[in-house]
Amino acid sequence: MADAEDAAAIERYFASLGRKPSEAEIRSIAQLWSEHCRHRTFRGRVVGPDGTLLADDLLSTFIGSVSSAPWVISSLRDNAGIVEFTRGYGIAVKVETHNHPSAVEPFGGAATGVGGVIRDVLAVWADPVALTDVLCFGPPDSPAPHGALSPRRVMDGVISGIGYYGNNVGVPTLAGAVVFDGGYLGTPLVYAGCVGLVPPDGYSKDPRPGDVLVLVGNRTGRDGIAGATFASSALSGDIKSLRPAVQIPDPLVEEGLIRLISAVRDARAATGVTDLGGGGLVVAAAEMAHEAHAGCELILDEVPLREDLEPWEILVSESQERMLLSARPEEAGSLMALARHEGLEAAIIGNLTDSRRFRALHHGVPVVDVDMDFLFHPPRLTRTSVPRVTEPEDEPLLDDPRDPGGELLHLLSSPNVSSREGVLRTYDLGVRGNTVVYPVEDPSGGHNDAAVIKPLDDSWEGIAISVGLRPRYSRLSPYWMAASSIDEAMRNNSAVGGRRISLLDNFAWGSPERPEEMWSLLEALRACRDFASGFGAPFVSGKDSLYNESEYGPVLPTLLITAVGVIPDVRRALTSGLKSPGDSVYVIGVTRAEMGGSEYFEMKGIRGGSVPKVRIDESRSAMECIVHAIDQGLLAASHDVSDGGIAVTAAEMAISGHVGLELDLGRVPSEGTSREYQLLFSESNGRFLVEARAGADEELEDLMRSVGCRFSRVGSVVREGRLVIRGDRDVDLGLEELEDAWRRAPW
Amino acid sequence: MRIAVLRGPGTNCDRETARAIAEAGAEASIVHVLDVESGIVDLQSFAGLVIPGGFSYADRVRAGAVLAAKLRTSLRDAIEEMRSKGRPVLGICNGFQVLVELGVLPGIDGCRAALAPNSSARFEFRWIHVRRVGRCRLSAGPDVQPMPVAHGEGKVVFSDPRCAGELESAGLVAYKYSMPDGTPAGGIYPYNPNGSEADIAGLCSPDGDVLGLMPHPERAIHDWQVPSALGVANGISIFRALVEAASSSG
Repeated sequence: MADAEDAAAIERYFASLGRKPSEAEIRSIAQLWSEHCRHRTFRGRVVGPDGTLLADDLLSTFIGSVSSAPWVISSLRDNAGIVEFTRGYGIAVKVETHNHPSAVEPFGGAATGVGGVIRDVLAVWADPVALTDVLCFGPPDSPAPHGALSPRRVMDGVISGIGYYGNNVGVPTLAGAVVFDGGYLGTPLVYAGCVGLVPPDGYSKDPRPGDVLVLVGNRTGRDGIAGATFASSALSGDIKSLRPAVQIPDPLVEEGLIRLISAVRDARAATGVTDLGGGGLVVAAAEMAHEAHAGCELILDEVPLREDLEPWEILVSESQERMLLSARPEEAGSLMALARHEGLEAAIIGNLTDSRRFRALHHGVPVVDVDMDFLFHPPRLTRTSVPRVTEPEDEPLLDDPRDPGGELLHLLSSPNVSSREGVLRTYDLGVRGNTVVYPVEDPSGGHNDAAVIKPLDDSWEGIAISVGLRPRYSRLSPYWMAASSIDEAMRNNSAVGGRRISLLDNFAWGSPERPEEMWSLLEALRACRDFASGFGAPFVSGKDSLYNESEYGPVLPTLLITAVGVIPDVRRALTSGLKSPGDSVYVIGVTRAEMGGSEYFEMKGIRGGSVPKVRIDESRSAMECIVHAIDQGLLAASHDVSDGGIAVTAAEMAISGHVGLELDLGRVPSEGTSREYQLLFSESNGRFLVEARAGADEELEDLMRSVGCRFSRVGSVVREGRLVIRGDRDVDLGLEELEDAWRRAPW
Repeated sequence: MRIAVLRGPGTNCDRETARAIAEAGAEASIVHVLDVESGIVDLQSFAGLVIPGGFSYADRVRAGAVLAAKLRTSLRDAIEEMRSKGRPVLGICNGFQVLVELGVLPGIDGCRAALAPNSSARFEFRWIHVRRVGRCRLSAGPDVQPMPVAHGEGKVVFSDPRCAGELESAGLVAYKYSMPDGTPAGGIYPYNPNGSEADIAGLCSPDGDVLGLMPHPERAIHDWQVPSALGVANGISIFRALVEAASSSG
C-alpha cells in the first residue's frame, strides 16, 4: 500500500489547515482511502518494467468500456447494477467477497457476507429475490495450515453460515459453486451475491442539502472495527487475534430491514438510501453526501450504541444490519414510524449540508472536519506489471486409457466434480415460491446449470442466474482463464434458456504490489473487455478483492463471473436430466485437444498443456442454437460441457434423469484431436450436450444449420440404466456405479 | 371474506402464503404480530387464520418457541375464540411448530407432541410426496401429492409411544410422508425426510378446525413450481378447503 504517499498527502492537507488531524480523522481517512473502499489499484495507473504506461484507470479502461447495452439501467455506479426485466421492473444484482472474515471465523464471516450483499441490493431500493454463493477452499483432506483453520473446518462453518443467514431472511440461495484447490489453502474465498427486483419507478435517489440522515437497524458496537482496512491487507499471524475485525450476524434485524426498505420505497418516505458496509458509518455518510454533491454533519451522540465507544469507533465500526437513509426533514416522522412498525430502532444522526465538508461532532466538538474533495481524492497509485515467465503451451500427448470407464469413475468422485447435493439441500431453495429451475433436481439430486425464478405473479418471464469460474487455468494463462470463466457463466445461463445476459466480475487476487500479480490482473481485465464486447454482454457490477495472501503466498488468481439472463417463458426453461428413452442426443460445439488445466490432467498430475480458448463466433452460435431450440420447444434436456468433458457431462445427465445413455465417440465434432481421451475429457469451451424431444430431430438440425453451429447427433437415451460411450475401448457403466462414484463427495 | 396471515420478526413465507389464499378465492391480509398485540388489528375480524413458515424470532431456543411464548396467552385465546366460531386455523412449517408449542395440536388428552431436530441433524430442502389420510376437513386434495419440505426441526415425536396410533385411529393424522406411488414411506429416508414417527407430516385437531403440517403447500400451487419428475401441483387443494371452511363458518 502507498502508506508513505498517503501519509504525506494527509500531512500536507492538515498543514494547509494549520492543525494536526484528530484520531477520528486519521481513522476515517484510512477507511475511505482503503483499497476496499476506493479501489486504489483499479483506479490507478499501471506501468511496465521499463516505466512505460500500460493502462490508466483499469476500471474505466477495461470494464467501463464494456458496461453499456440497451437493457442496462445502471452499471458500475451504485451499490448494485440494475438491468431491465420487464414492464418497468428492474433486476438489481451485486456480488461481494467476504474472504478474510470467513478465514478467521467461517460461520460469522460467511453469514455477514450474505447479509452485506443483501443490503447492497436494498441500497438500490430492490427486493431481494435470490442469493448466490461461490466458495473456494483448500483440498478437503488437507490438514490445517499453520496458524489457520483446516479447509474442512472453514468449509463446514462457511456453508452453515450461508444457510443460516439466507434461510432466516427468507431469500433462496439458488446459484453457486464449490471449488477446491491447493491455491486456497491459506486464503479461502467466499463470494456472496444477491439478485433483487426493483418495481417500476422504484429506483429514485434525490438526496439534497438539508435532508436529514436516518440510521436504522442494529445498534453500533465494537465488532468489525476497521474491517475495510483488514480486508485490504494480507492475512498473517495467528488468526485468533483477528477475531475483533469480524462482525456478528443478526438475520432477524436484516429481515426487518428488507421489509422496511420496500415499505419506505413504496411510501416514497426517503430521498436516498445506502448500506453500511466496509468502513462503516463514515464511508456510508461520506458516499451519500458525495453522491448528492453535498457535505454532511453527523452528531455522533445520536448514534444508538451497544456499548461505550470512542468517537472514531462510532465512525468506523462495521456492526451489521444497519442502513442509512436520507429524507426531507418533514418526511422523517413517517420514516421513523415505518421503522417502528418493523420493530427496528431508527435515529436521526445528522444531515446533508451545502458546505462540501464532512463534519462529525461529539459532545458538540468537531472530531472530523475535512473537505469532501480531499476525502474522495486520495493520491493515485502507480503499480508495476511484469509478465510471468510462462511454460510453452505444448499439449502433451498421452496414450489412450486402457480403462476409460475407470477413469470416468475416478473423475466423477474427484472433489471438483462430485455431487454438491449435501450442500445445496441445506439452503432453502424454494422460499418465496418463485423457483422454477432448482440448482438441485428432485428426486435424483442431479445439478442444473443455472437457476430460474419467476418473480412476478402475472408474467411468465423469468430470471436465469448462473456463475462461471475456471481458476485453475490461471496457472497457464490468466487471459484465457478469464475468457473461459465468461464463456462458462454464459453457457450455463443459455443451457436453461437465459439470454440478453448481463455480467458481474469479482476479482480475488493477491497483492497488486507484486508485479506478477499485477500482470495477471491486467491479463484477466483485458479478457473481460475482449469477451464482454465480443459476446455483447455488458458488465453491470463487480468488485475487486486484492491482498488475498497468507504465509502460503498469494491466492490462486480467481475471477468469478456471475451471469444474469432473462427467459420469456419459464415453462420452457430446461433442466439437465435426460427425460425419455428413444430421444436423440446431440453434441453442440467443437472439441479440441485443450487439456491444459483440465480435471483429467489434474488427475494425472500434469501441470502444463494447452489451455481452452474461447472462439467468440463458435460459442455465440452454440448459445444461440440452444436458446432458439428452447424457445421452439425442441429440447428435452441440456447441459453445458465443463469439468471432466463430455464423458462427465453425459454421466451427470444420466444420473440426473435416472435413465441410460448411449453415445458414439467417433461422432463428436472435433478439430485437431488425435486421441480418444481428448474427446472424452477435453474441456473446450462453447459446448453443450442436449436431448432432442421425440420427433424434433429434423427441425432441430435445420435450426442448428441455419444458425451455423457445429453439431452432431452422437447417440440416444436408452431405457437400460447404463452409460455406454463407444470408442476403441468402450465406457460401459451402470447408473449405480456412476452414482456411487459421483456421491463419494468430500463432505 | 378475509383470512389473516400472521407474521412476526423472521416469518418469511407470508407473501407466497397470501398469494395461495388469493388464488383459492379469498382475500388475504398479512398481519403483524405487533399490531395484534397493540390492538391495532383484531384477529376476530377475520374468517380464518394462517400461521405461515419461516424462522420466527430466528428460531431462538427452539423452532417456533419464542413466537409461541410471546403469544402464549393472546394467540391461544384468539385461536380458541376463532375455533368456537368454527373458523379454520392453518399452520405451515414454522406455523405448525407454533401450534404444537402452544399445545393447540395434537389436541387430545395425554399426548404432547414436539417437532424435534431432523434425524439427519440438519436443515434440509427437498421435494417429497405426502399422502392424505384421516378425516380432517382442511386436508383436502388427491391421495398423493408432491410438496417441498424446508426445515431443520420437523420430526414429529410424542410424549407417549401410543400417541401416534391413537391419533391415527382417531383420524387426526392428516398427512403422511409416502413413496411416490402412495405406499407408506415406512420411515425410510429421504421419503420420510426427517424421521417423523409413523411418517407423520401433518396433524388435525379433533374438531377439524386446525391443521398443521411441515411441508409447504403454498410452494406447490402451480406445475411450474414442481420438478417435472415429481408429478402435478396440488397444494391449492388445502387452501381451497381453508377458504371453504372459512366461508361456511360463523
